[in-house]
Amino acid sequence: MTCDSAAEPAWRSYGTSRRATRAVRVRVSAALVAATVLAVLLVPPLVQLDQQAVDLSAKLLPPSWAHPFGTDDLGRDLLLRCVYGLRVSLLVGVVAALAATVLGTAVGVSAGVLGGWVDRGVMRVVDTVSSVPHLLLGIFIVAMFRPGVWPVAVSVALTHWLSTARIVRAEVLSLRSRPYIDAAVSGGASRWRVAVRHLLPAVLPQAALAAVLMVPHAMWHESALSFLGLGLPTHLASLGNLIQGARGSLLAGQWWPTLFPGLFIIVPTLAIAGLAGAWRERINPRRRSELML
Amino acid sequence: MARLTGRRLLFAVPVLLVVTFGVFATAAASPFDPVKAYAGTAALGADAGTLARLRENMGVDQPFASRWWHWLTAALTGDLGQSSVLRQPVAQVIGERLVWSSLLCAVAFAVAVLTGTVLGVLAARRPGSTLDRLVTSLAYSLEAAPVFWLALLAIWLFALQLDLLPAGGLTDTASEQVTPGQVASHLVLPAGVLAVSQLPWFTLYVRQGVGDALAEDPVRGARARGLSETTVLFGHALRSGLLPVLTLIGSRVPELITGALLVESVFSWPGIAAATVEAATAVDFPLLAALSTLATAAVLVGNLLADLLYGLFDPRVKFSDM
Repeated sequence: MTCDSAAEPAWRSYGTSRRATRAVRVRVSAALVAATVLAVLLVPPLVQLDQQAVDLSAKLLPPSWAHPFGTDDLGRDLLLRCVYGLRVSLLVGVVAALAATVLGTAVGVSAGVLGGWVDRGVMRVVDTVSSVPHLLLGIFIVAMFRPGVWPVAVSVALTHWLSTARIVRAEVLSLRSRPYIDAAVSGGASRWRVAVRHLLPAVLPQAALAAVLMVPHAMWHESALSFLGLGLPTHLASLGNLIQGARGSLLAGQWWPTLFPGLFIIVPTLAIAGLAGAWRERINPRRRSELML
Repeated sequence: MARLTGRRLLFAVPVLLVVTFGVFATAAASPFDPVKAYAGTAALGADAGTLARLRENMGVDQPFASRWWHWLTAALTGDLGQSSVLRQPVAQVIGERLVWSSLLCAVAFAVAVLTGTVLGVLAARRPGSTLDRLVTSLAYSLEAAPVFWLALLAIWLFALQLDLLPAGGLTDTASEQVTPGQVASHLVLPAGVLAVSQLPWFTLYVRQGVGDALAEDPVRGARARGLSETTVLFGHALRSGLLPVLTLIGSRVPELITGALLVESVFSWPGIAAATVEAATAVDFPLLAALSTLATAAVLVGNLLADLLYGLFDPRVKFSDM
């Protein structure tokens, strides 16, 4: 997550202190991402607690030592529910982001390599699809194929490959005029070989960066769909489902069932973006001054 | 300028054709059966002959391409079909609700642009200062926060705890008429939340643009001439720094629509976006098709506006080059 401008004038550079801040930010982000991944992977097998365990005598308890996040309207522990929700949301997010990246990279590389009318046609399609607001397109796909894990993952993937395709295509176009590509071509390499052996490895860092940044987007998208009742089935409680399910308690004045699932979306998003920003500065220092949202 | 507008409108026609075609193709590929949806539970006991007759009456026995063509030609005359969930013609649904959605989006966007400019300039004034860090981290956190979650927390705080503002709807439940005062008080929360969701993006870009402009020669010259800080900031830095931001405004329409979808459904605001969610939940295909087309058209208009603003504010750009 960078918006430090590299183009700041010398007379107001904060050299060391800014670098120190950046290092701290990267470490905090890395720790948070690690904590998220560990919690999601380890808590379910190691902690022998049932997230679905209903205890009506303990319903809607405010945060306390026994229940750090409080309990929901059925007396279920919210911390546990949030970890399980994050697991579901993250899983859908990662699957959708991977699918979108593979699709976008394939489209971007083929458009950039084939060029000519294929390139123009493909980019026209990308422009057309991106004219439909993402969430609306997602809602349409989910409405037509009924809510469920796969329709949601597919709808997120189908609405998010466009930016990757654009980035990869631009990268391929700029790589095509490099001497090593000329050398490969004059060495008799086929177009297919140039694309797979020489261009694809060169665009992979960019594509991987786009994939990492897409995970929070996909998570956000999934929780929005789930919140609208067009996402995952309620037994697979994702963070969006948790927020949706807490609406009744919120209107009765209990804030904790709403607040904590939201924080579970914000914190990983910021951490992932912080790490990805540092990574991008490393692979592409020239673009440090660009905003990343 | 007229030529650019004309060319963009010409480009919009194939885009809209492809989008509507895609909408019909998706519906044809989906397991959804409009006849069963129309007949409801009656379809369970109906014999095959009745269902086939119903299918023929509704015109869904034809291939989707011909249904698309039929819909398209009817749409050009203003007939968008019948909404099954709201039991109204689709055109009437849109006509009644468009005003409320536009009002919400316009107010929210204006608030976001004004607040974002002020915050962005304040942050850019001293990069690395406490204020700058505060504004920047707040902006990133708000950007990461789901807008529906912000909306719910706003309801909890302002409607339930402080009891300042109504929690949703367009008017009080007891009132029978829509009065401007009631609408205004019901507008504050949804428009505020939508504005907050659009704010971070705008603030960060203004901060970036103004920060870069502050390092440029004209600003240094203005400082050297001894102009006041306010004149330098607002007269020089903001003017050139805001330029790239203004052109991005038009391209924010998709995010605005996305935000409106969520905000309207949380606050039961009777706009188009809330109708979209209702239509999707009930698989109301005619309404969904019309609203997707409408949203796409709004995005295309936004893109056109972005290009026009770019040309208007930057005298170096000639419309004939675009």
